[in-house]
Amino acid sequence: MLDLEFMRLAFGAGIVVGLLAPAVGFFLVQRRLSLVGDGIGHVAFAGVALGYLLDLPLVLTALVVSVAGGLSIELIRARRRTAGDQALALIFYTGIAGGVVLVSAAGALNVNLFQFLFGSILTVTRGDLAVIAALGACALAAIALLYRPLVAVVVDEEGARVAGLPVSALNALTVALAAVTIALSMRIVGILLIAALMVLPVIAASRIAWSMRSTILLGMGIGLGSVLSGITIAYYADLPPGGTTVLVAAATVLAAEFWSVVRG
Amino acid sequence: MQGISFAYGHAPPVLRDVNLEVERGEFVAIAGPNGGGKTTLVRLVVGLEEPTSGHVELLVRKVGYLPQRAQAGIDAPLTVRELVTTGRASRTRLVGPLSGADREAVRRAIDRVALVPQADRRLSTLSGGQQQRAFIAKALAAEPELLVLDEPTTGVDVEAQDAIAALLQRLRNELGMTILYVSHEFGAVERFVERIVLIRGGIVFDGPPSGLPDVWHDPSHAHA
Repeated sequence: MLDLEFMRLAFGAGIVVGLLAPAVGFFLVQRRLSLVGDGIGHVAFAGVALGYLLDLPLVLTALVVSVAGGLSIELIRARRRTAGDQALALIFYTGIAGGVVLVSAAGALNVNLFQFLFGSILTVTRGDLAVIAALGACALAAIALLYRPLVAVVVDEEGARVAGLPVSALNALTVALAAVTIALSMRIVGILLIAALMVLPVIAASRIAWSMRSTILLGMGIGLGSVLSGITIAYYADLPPGGTTVLVAAATVLAAEFWSVVRG
Repeated sequence: MQGISFAYGHAPPVLRDVNLEVERGEFVAIAGPNGGGKTTLVRLVVGLEEPTSGHVELLVRKVGYLPQRAQAGIDAPLTVRELVTTGRASRTRLVGPLSGADREAVRRAIDRVALVPQADRRLSTLSGGQQQRAFIAKALAAEPELLVLDEPTTGVDVEAQDAIAALLQRLRNELGMTILYVSHEFGAVERFVERIVLIRGGIVFDGPPSGLPDVWHDPSHAHA
């Protein structure tokens, strides 16, 4: 399997995605924003479509549009003029509708969009892997460096404000990191399923972890294991890698829940 | 606080023309009926709300704040030490790991609330009183000059209330900390405070507990 270059590229990208998605997802889940990843995923679709229309690298356009969409959700939510779920719905449907219109305008409705929606092992190029590795490393470094203030905000946002932390900037950073994760992951897991990889490993980890730090680290381990086994199963069983990866992660949640009940 | 008025949106004002000055080292109880504006008052003090008119001036730099019904806003397992460490945020640099001095300050804060044996236990496994002490330790971790506690004994048993009252008295005596204590009932703390400020849309009483009119002795029923 590893004799094939496309599999080596897929595994390389999968390692980054498997570690990054739960690390970012931890902060979304704890802020009760689990569905933000889904919303940004739909916006990423518009970014892919824009890439087709402008003939630009799709990862780049998906990245730019996702970050803009994520920051818009955070801005609307933070101003509290619209309920959180309504803000999400607005961005969610605008993203998917914009994507369809842009793809149509680019005359690309016949292209294989399926691979972006649900992931495909064959689509990772060497250039993609370089971008995924570089941006993934930057995103993980940002989380490691800003771990304490990010945690302070999710534990007690008002307390963090009283302490003088730049709460709005840290919240914006969280959704920007989510957007980066989604743009980087769309080749492997697909933009409609990446949110699951941000959320499910964290849920599984929280059932068996003994501290907050161990929740993040276990979540990253479960995410990595889910992606690597998902890609492997997908290769041998000729299945879509995104769906397979997410099903592995979902199975991990059930196993962790079972363990948690047995342990008492 | 000078000439403070505050309203949420277009609703009628919650507070009208409040003037309040608290000296360094004072232990002040903020009392009054539910909906009287106690929590709004302390949220104005710590900067979580902006007054509609008037101004608030804090002459201290570090403020520890324990919000009403304090609870960690997360589902993940959280240890006492992790919770208290988040309270150190205002004293540490934004980026990078915690320094040795910061770790020591966190340990001291946990020690002050007598939770050292439980420091690495999950918060959810502690009793209500122990959890509340952990949140007080979080507020103490920044070594504040002003400690603002909003209903810190709600939902804890009498024994735990006594422990919290004794702890606050010790903090005040040993560290000279200024304490604003919001509650609709005082229990064990009443004998320690030297000043009660009664709030019902504005300040209706400000003085020593002994001066409190009988009808207001239980401030939660202050309808006069």
